[in-house]
This record gives sequence, C-alpha cells and structure tokens, in this order.
Amino acid sequence: MAYPYTHEKEVRILSKYFGEPEARTLEGWKARGGYKSLAKALEMGPDQVTEVVKESGLRGRGGAGFPAGVKWSFMPKEPTKPHYLLCNADESEPGTFKDRELLRWTPHQVIEGVLIAAYAIRSEHAYIYCRGEFFETTQILARAVEEAYEAGLAGEDVMGSGVTMDVTVHVGGGAYICGEETGLMNSLEGRRGQPRVKPPFPAQAGYRGMPSTVNNVETLASVPFIVENGAEAYREYGTEESPGTKLFCVSGHVQKPGNFELPLGFPMMELLDEVCGGMHEGRTLKGVIPGGSSVPILNAQECQDCELSYEGVAKAGSQLGCASVIVMDDSTDMVKQVRRMVGFYAHESCGQCTPCREGSSWVEKILRRIEDGRGTEEDLDTLMEVTTQMTGTTICVLSDSVAAPVQSSIEKFREEYLTRIRTGEKVGAA
Amino acid sequence: MADQQSPQTVTLTIDGQEVTVPKGTTILKAAERAGIKIPHYCFHPGLSSPAMCRLCLVEVEGAPKLLPSCTTTVSDGQVVLTDSEAARAQRTGVLEFYLVNHPLDCPICDQSGECKLQDFVFAEGREHGRGKEPKRVFGRDDFGGDVLFYGDRCVMCTRCVRFMREVAEDERLTVVERGNRSVIDTFFEEGLEGSPFAGNIVDICPVGALVSKDFLYKARAWDLDHTPSVCPSCSQGCNIQLHIRDNLVQRLKPRENLEVNGWWMCDFGRHNYEWMNRGDRLEVPMVGGEAMGWPEALETALARLKEVQGPVKALVSPHASNEEMGMVDGLVEALGGGEVFYRSPRAQDEVPLPGFPTLVRRRDLAPNVKAAEIMGFQRIGDDEARGGLEALQDHEGILLVVGDELADAAEEFGSRAQGFLYVGQYPAPAMKNADFVLPSTTFTEQEGSYTNVQGRIQRFWQGTRAPGAARPGWMVLGALLAELTGGDAPVRAHEAFARVAERVSEFSGITYRDMGTRGTPVQEPASLSGD
Repeated sequence: MAYPYTHEKEVRILSKYFGEPEARTLEGWKARGGYKSLAKALEMGPDQVTEVVKESGLRGRGGAGFPAGVKWSFMPKEPTKPHYLLCNADESEPGTFKDRELLRWTPHQVIEGVLIAAYAIRSEHAYIYCRGEFFETTQILARAVEEAYEAGLAGEDVMGSGVTMDVTVHVGGGAYICGEETGLMNSLEGRRGQPRVKPPFPAQAGYRGMPSTVNNVETLASVPFIVENGAEAYREYGTEESPGTKLFCVSGHVQKPGNFELPLGFPMMELLDEVCGGMHEGRTLKGVIPGGSSVPILNAQECQDCELSYEGVAKAGSQLGCASVIVMDDSTDMVKQVRRMVGFYAHESCGQCTPCREGSSWVEKILRRIEDGRGTEEDLDTLMEVTTQMTGTTICVLSDSVAAPVQSSIEKFREEYLTRIRTGEKVGAA
Repeated sequence: MADQQSPQTVTLTIDGQEVTVPKGTTILKAAERAGIKIPHYCFHPGLSSPAMCRLCLVEVEGAPKLLPSCTTTVSDGQVVLTDSEAARAQRTGVLEFYLVNHPLDCPICDQSGECKLQDFVFAEGREHGRGKEPKRVFGRDDFGGDVLFYGDRCVMCTRCVRFMREVAEDERLTVVERGNRSVIDTFFEEGLEGSPFAGNIVDICPVGALVSKDFLYKARAWDLDHTPSVCPSCSQGCNIQLHIRDNLVQRLKPRENLEVNGWWMCDFGRHNYEWMNRGDRLEVPMVGGEAMGWPEALETALARLKEVQGPVKALVSPHASNEEMGMVDGLVEALGGGEVFYRSPRAQDEVPLPGFPTLVRRRDLAPNVKAAEIMGFQRIGDDEARGGLEALQDHEGILLVVGDELADAAEEFGSRAQGFLYVGQYPAPAMKNADFVLPSTTFTEQEGSYTNVQGRIQRFWQGTRAPGAARPGWMVLGALLAELTGGDAPVRAHEAFARVAERVSEFSGITYRDMGTRGTPVQEPASLSGD
C-alpha cells in the first residue's frame, strides 16, 4: 500500500512513482530511468517517433480518444511556419483528477513526453496550459521545467542534438471551456476562451494561426514508455482498439476512491468491487458515469458486463471519455445529481452559441423546479426536446455535455423524476 | 456569365436549384444569389463570421451534422437543403432559445417592426412558448454617444463588438461574463462617446438591444417612408435612406454601396438632419418685393436678363445638385459669360473609417463641391463658408445667387446690381436688395444628383413635399435658359441632367439609368477609354 490506494491488479506505468516525492526532482527522475526516451527519440528522428506512437495505437486521453500518432502526422512535414505543441493541462471535467497527479508526482515524465512530442511535430516551442486552480501543481511543474532548462534538456540545443525546444508553463484563469482545444488556443493568445469554428483545424491553423497540436497530459506522459520500449510493449496491455494502460479516476460511493492505472478493457465491476473495495456498507449500486460528467449515465444493469475500453463503454451505451468513473449508490438523488451537473455546464458555457448559452441555463432552471417538487410530466418531454436541440448544433461539444446526463437519466431513471413530480418526495437522498 | 467549366467556379444545388458561384463563396451567399434567404444574426457581410448564432445552419447531403452556412464554403456537386425538416427544426429550436430570456416588450421597443427576432419568430418560431421560468434581467445601460443598450433584448450576436473592433478599430465594447450571463458592455465610463462611427452599431443590431437616443420613441418603424438618397453632410456622398414621417425627416440610415460607404456612415452625417425640416422657407416667387405667380415672375426675370449687358457674376451653394449647377453654368454662358463662385464649409481634418478606408468623412462639408470644381467654379470664403463676397458685392451687371444663404453679407450686398436674382430655400437679410426672389426646393424635396469626392455621380430621390410654390432650382433656371437658347424647358430631373451632360464633358454620355441606385463614375476628360 502506497499512494493513497493501490491494488495488485494495477499495471503501473504512468503512476509507478506516484507518492514518491524524490521522483519530482530531475535527479530523482533520472535515477528512475528518466530522459532516456528523449535521448532515444532524438536519435530516431521525428517521423520515426511519430510512426512508433502511431503503431502503439495510443489514443488521446483527454476524452475524444483520437489516435495520437495520427494526430501528429497531420502536421506539415516541412515547416514553413512555426509549429506549436500545446499540452492540455486544463483538467476540469468534473470527476477527473489524473493529470493533476501526473503533474505533481511525475512532472518530468510529462515534460519528457512534451519534448518528444514537440520533436516529433517539429515544434520549437511547447506550451503547457495549466488549469488556474492548479496552484501547487503548477509550482512543482514550473520548478521541473526550470531544472530541465538548467540540465540542457529544454531550450536551445536539447541534449546536444542541435534542436531547439522551449517549454512554457501557462496558467489559465480557471475556465472549463479553456480545456477545449481551440478555446485553449484563444486563451493562450490572450483572447476570450471561446472555442473556434472548425475548419480550419489546429494542424492547419491553430495557436497564433500556426500549425498546432494539442495533446492531453496523460497522452504525452504515455509517450516516453512507448518510445523507450516500442509499440509492441505498449500493446501488450489493453485491447486491440484501446491499447495500453489508463488512469481511472474513481470517485463517489466506493470504499477506496482514487486513481488506478489499469489496462484498458478492464471489467467495470472488477474495478468497483475489487480495486476500489466495493460499495459502502449496506449500499447497492445505482449507476455509474464512466467518463466524466459529460457522458451518458449507465445504470447498474449496464455496468455489469461493461469493459472499460473505448469500444467497451461505447457498447454499453456511454463513452470512456477521460475515464473519470463517478460511482453512485442507492442513496443518490438522481434529480439533484443531474441538476448539479447541468448547473456546472450552465455556469461554464462560454456563451457564444445560442443553444448552449440559453439552453443550458434553461435546462438547469427546469431541473431545479422539478427538484423543488414543482415540476410537471410535460417538463420531461420539454427537457428531452430542448436537449436534443442542444446536441450537435454548436461549435464545441459543451452543449452536448448538458444533453448526455439529462437524456440518459430521464431514460434510465424516469421513475425517480416522476416520483419527485407526483409526490415531491426524494428518491434515495441520504 | 460565369463559365461553368472554369476551375474558378463551383456548381451546387440549393433547394433543388442549380447555382454556379465563384470558388470560396459561402453557402449563405450562394443561396442569396439563388434568391434564398437563410435567416441569420451574427453574420454580417461587413464583419468577420463567428458562426455563433447557430440560426443559419443548413443540411448538406453527406455531412453528419447541420453546417453553418455563413462559414461553410461551397463545393462542386454539393446538395444543400435550407428548408428540410432538420434545417427548419433547427431554426425553430434556436428561435425558442432566443425567447427564453427575451422580455417580449415589442410594444415599447423601438426596433419593433424592423426586428429580425420578430420576423424570424413570426415566420418559423413555435406557436406557443414553453418557458415557465423566471427570466434573467439586465436592464438598461447608457453606452454614451447616441447609443442606449437594452441588455434583455440582446441576442448576443456580437455584431456591435466586432464592428467597433474590426471596422471602427476603436475597441469600446466587449462581452463580459459568460454563459447566459454574457452581456455587452463598455470598457470605460465614456463608453462610445466621441467615437465617430459608433452609430452604425444601432443599424447592425438585429434587435432592439442597441437603440438611438435621438430616435427613441419618435416614430414606429412601420410609419416611416424610406427614400434612397445621398448624405449631404460632406463630399463623400454616402448612400443613405431618408426615413420620413409626416413630411419630416426622422432619421438617416446608411444604404449599402461598396464603392462609397459599404454599409456604414459617420455619426456626423447621421445626426445632421434637423435642418432638412426647417420651417422658415421661401414659398412664393417675389419680384420687387411683391408676390407673383411663376409664369409672370419668370417672364419678368427673363426680360431683365435680356436687357442687362456685360459679364454675369454668380454664387452657387455646394449643396446645389449637378442639374442646378449645370443650369447656372449654362445660364452664365448664355448671358455672355462671367464668373461663378462657391463657398463651402471645410473641417480641419478628415475622419477615416479604418476598417473600411474607402469611407472618409471628408474636409468639404457639402455634397457637391466636386461638381463645382468640374464646372470650373471658383472657391471663395473661409473654412466657415464666410467672407469672400467682395468679388460679388458691388457687381453692376446680372448677379445670380443660388442656394447660398448670404448670412454674412453686408447691408448693401447686390444693391448696385442691375439684375439681382436670388434662388434659394431660406430667407436671407441680403434678399432685400434682390430684384427677384425665386423659392427653390431642398434635396429631400426633389430628384437630382451629386458628384462625390471620388468623381462618382449619384442620384437622390424626392422624399418630402416642397412648401408652397417652391420648385427645384434647375427647373427655375432651366426655364430661363430654354427661353434664352431655345428648346424645351426641362420638367423632369433626368431631362435637366441630359441638358447639363450636353455641355459638361465629364458628364457626357451618362444618364440617370447609368447611375441607377448606386451611382457611376464621371468620364475622365483626358481618357481615351470608350464603351
């Protein structure tokens, strides 16, 4: 037992040194084999690095699950303009706390990944965009970047290779929407953090209008292992479509919540019952949000055979997202839970697109009314229609994130809404 | 016609119609070309397209989602459906979102009747609202200058913010907060005060969120008659519309003309209209201090013109139309020659619109200085359009004053002239020495044309009725000229222009038809280019 909780079924590649303060320092990181991958990558050449990552099948860990190597290959091969690598550390999805842990325990692992990725896409400047609330985390990261510069691992002539790769840590103002890749770029440029219309895509015109790639912290942290051990070694874990390991952020009503690194495809119930020590005494499972609050809720039944891979969760009717597993037992008041999630999105909507700006707060108000026992059955139809109108109609997917919990909860926990509407009584509220 | 085989064009189908447009055209513009109007708020042809109102989404066959027609460019063989069930449902849905917090205060809203929210909801909105929740309230804010902001009516299209940023290049507005707490606000206390083009944001606001203090509660939109015209406040000649009720000009609005003013006009021109409604007008021809009918007055004047020998001196207002100036020029020549002068107020500086540099508030604060220059008239007086009258004051032959109010003329101005004709709109002290006072109409009361600083001849139309017996200056002078030189007196403005075009080479060959509603450049006198 170390790092709040660990479990024997974990495969600790990324989280191996969680809980070891010495791993934060450059010296400590090198002692643990750090920066060998960077040296190897610099010998391989950019295209070869991209190829290995492509072969490994590493999928973006920020939520969308897009293959990282493929994303890198969209960048122009012959740079005519500056290229930028943007590391997305604006981790703000409710239920997610993996990037923070990667940054505060193993900052050099992330920096190494950033440098390798920057090298692969021929970027001379990488930015790490940190969530505004990450105070301690950012200080640790900034210190690590300083160390990397001092050791000649970043800046001009990285490890004597002649390659220049600057790394800048940027702290955001703490807006959820700045975690959307184009919103992040706007914020980094000093503009309002609002998503941009695509096309153009970041690889064509991103940060400052230049070819850019945005990768999640966990994605980049996975790169050093892949470069060092090869694609095959990485593919030993996980499934064909979802190779490798993934940090699962388990929160909610389990005995041992926390970050657990498991091979993708791990059974959901095994995660809850064994790795996380099961439900609280005398409680039963009501539902799970498997990938952060913006994905559909699964009911207990759907969780039974659910495999935690991109394809497995999709099969169960939701998305793996960023693997933020929010567990709810029978004490959960589903109406209140959904209202609170929608309230978050209504508060964080950037306000550009009409369906999201007006719809999210409207939905919140309706849910609030139902929660207060003043709802009607027609309100459920209205909610379904309004959220349908909010799906796929906006620039980014924040609007869709409102629809997912609302629609899935009305479909799967309709009785609970109806009880609240008809009798005003809460179901399960502990 | 566009060549369908050319790689520079794209052929697509919109609602079953085949359309060929240049490569890079957006679906919205291509549809417009096919006569299909796609509702939109945030898109404006003079601004960037943020694609955020989500109203212009259309179905494109093969695309997984509806696409914003304002930013999606056309491609060959594309099949666009603007009126499919999905596209209509999208519009109905978005319009419902707009009404979630909208106060629906149309009965007291200045925009009512020319409001895009009214129009679109009426056309495609839900019959009954489903909103039961309390609405968000922002209230009213004075943005400074002429602009008042009603936050609750705002549809957050950000056209105003983008206009100030991209066109005025004078960032005074921004969106503060986010989500449905988003609201337009000013950066500093002075707001829009002193920003010379800020009034345009009222025009481009699709709803009643930004309204003009000057126009507030003055008239309902449906009571206004719209007359195409040309702004007379400087020599730029911005294309405008006169909005008229009860024979009074209530406000001026810019009219699109990409060659001159784009979609914009300056606040100086916009608010300089009260004089058009002046009531102290000359209404009856006066000869020797006695009122007279037009036939007798013109006959008497003609007799005097024939009788007096020697060179003529004339003073013309730069507010006179091409037709009026041309008649003055012709009359002077028919009477044996002489000199024509004009006085024009001049500002110290030009005021350019940085994001649309074609539009500049010019130094000459009158609409037809260019025509005076073309006809070889001499500028006299200072930048206030005062002084310089010594050249005419003691003239002993025929003295012709057209339009100039002679506000600063000496007591004895024109007293020695053997024939002093005053053709004007307003009574002037110097009129007492005039033998003939002939009332003429202002530019809002007649048809005519101006030549702007670029050398572009642009028409204006009659919007108001003239008082009493006042007639267009060209008609008065044209009648006299016809008597002296033969031919019919012009009775229509286009006839008058044709007469003038016969003698002014820069105008030759140009007709009212050529000018259309957006004007046409004058002929280059030295140029060999022909049609």
